Amino acid sequence: MRLLSKKDSRLILDPLADNNPITIQVLGVCSALAITAQLKPSIVMAISVIFVLGIGNVVISLLRNIIPSKIRIIVQLIIVAALVIMVDQVLKAFAYTLSKELSVFIGLIITNCIIMGRFEAFALGNGPWRSFLDGVGNALGYGVILIIVGFFRELLGSGTLFGFKVLGDSVEKTGLYAIGYENNGFMVLPPMALIVVGIIIWVQRSRNKELIEEH
Amino acid sequence: MAINTDKNSYTILFAVIMVLVVGSLLAGFASGLKPRILANERFEKQQNILYTLGVNNNEGPNDVEFISTDIVEAEFKKYITRQIVIEGDKETDNDQAYLIDIKKEAKKAKKSDYTRRLPLFIGEINGKEIYVVPVRGKGLWDAIWGFIAMDKTMTIHGVYFDHKGETPGLGAVINQRFFMDDFAGESFMLNGSFKGITVTKGNNDPKNLDKTDQEVDALAGATITGDGLSAMLKKDIKMYLPYFKKLNER
Repeated sequence: MRLLSKKDSRLILDPLADNNPITIQVLGVCSALAITAQLKPSIVMAISVIFVLGIGNVVISLLRNIIPSKIRIIVQLIIVAALVIMVDQVLKAFAYTLSKELSVFIGLIITNCIIMGRFEAFALGNGPWRSFLDGVGNALGYGVILIIVGFFRELLGSGTLFGFKVLGDSVEKTGLYAIGYENNGFMVLPPMALIVVGIIIWVQRSRNKELIEEH
Repeated sequence: MAINTDKNSYTILFAVIMVLVVGSLLAGFASGLKPRILANERFEKQQNILYTLGVNNNEGPNDVEFISTDIVEAEFKKYITRQIVIEGDKETDNDQAYLIDIKKEAKKAKKSDYTRRLPLFIGEINGKEIYVVPVRGKGLWDAIWGFIAMDKTMTIHGVYFDHKGETPGLGAVINQRFFMDDFAGESFMLNGSFKGITVTKGNNDPKNLDKTDQEVDALAGATITGDGLSAMLKKDIKMYLPYFKKLNER
């Protein structure tokens, strides 16, 4: 027996490419711009969102039949905020260093539009297991873009990856810098993230013509 | 069983129950974990102070590794020989001085009748007395703070900076070695008067070999964090100036 039925595995795989939350639905771009100047925070953020969206989707899905539709957005917001705060408190008590690392992300996760988007569009109408898969899938799709953007911004902006000087030392002029290469300071600034995301969208659409809207 | 979730009474009931459940859950979490969180924060302060003295677990050139929380209290007692609180001209020994909340002190000091309590920690490294002071200021998004260790001529021995919510990869890198290490050897004093240390662009000294320029090379994409850091150093270190003057006259 397969672990996931064909329908279920689409829930995970679709958001990775053809229905990616960032490049196709253009959700969650704010955090994709804010924290991708380096690779490490991008990965930390991706993991945090996988965690919160997976669990949040399950909670919403379990409550989907008793949530009053008039105040559903408020309920969703409270659930994601409570979840994130609880995780933050537990980390502060038992894994202090990790919680320091995550400090900025905690607030950013709550406001991430992908999370509210998936609660609203999927978890309110589907069972817990499918909602969990959908949450993890969308968070992965988000994470993949974050990591790609983080990779290029850190490599071209600072000449490093995870803080390691992969292109040589820009001050000592070794490696690539010895032949006149310079870091592009613009890469570390947020506008460049938008341009990198734009390039990813362009590449994706030129490879898959079905994604191009007719106008 | 289908519930009519559209009824107003149901909506209100749901909202009330949800607030009660979530509220008590969060309150329970917060109060249950508080002792552990406070202990962690205390250890962190001790780790930060010891870090500026050079007591840390750094191995590689990019490491910022504190000593382990199991031994930090014993090590803190070993290295920090005196903790004093400065109030105006008065200095009192107080071995809880590191717990003084300088954010609250700064707030209280705005009232004219309050003399701000300034904590100072004296440690001994290689037979030399090192003075560690806390600083706190504003970055781009939120608070930044740190500890500055210096000798009695106000030349920096080591620093540790941290932040609450600076942008990851930009302002947030103030707690990285390549930035913090630049401060060692710089002095707050120039020809006998207080000048501070400025984080600046275009000082033409990216390796920071010039230790007499009172300048440290700025971070790309973090101008406001850097400016906030310079202002924090000028303002908070200056408050300790009378103490250091007295120290040098002795």
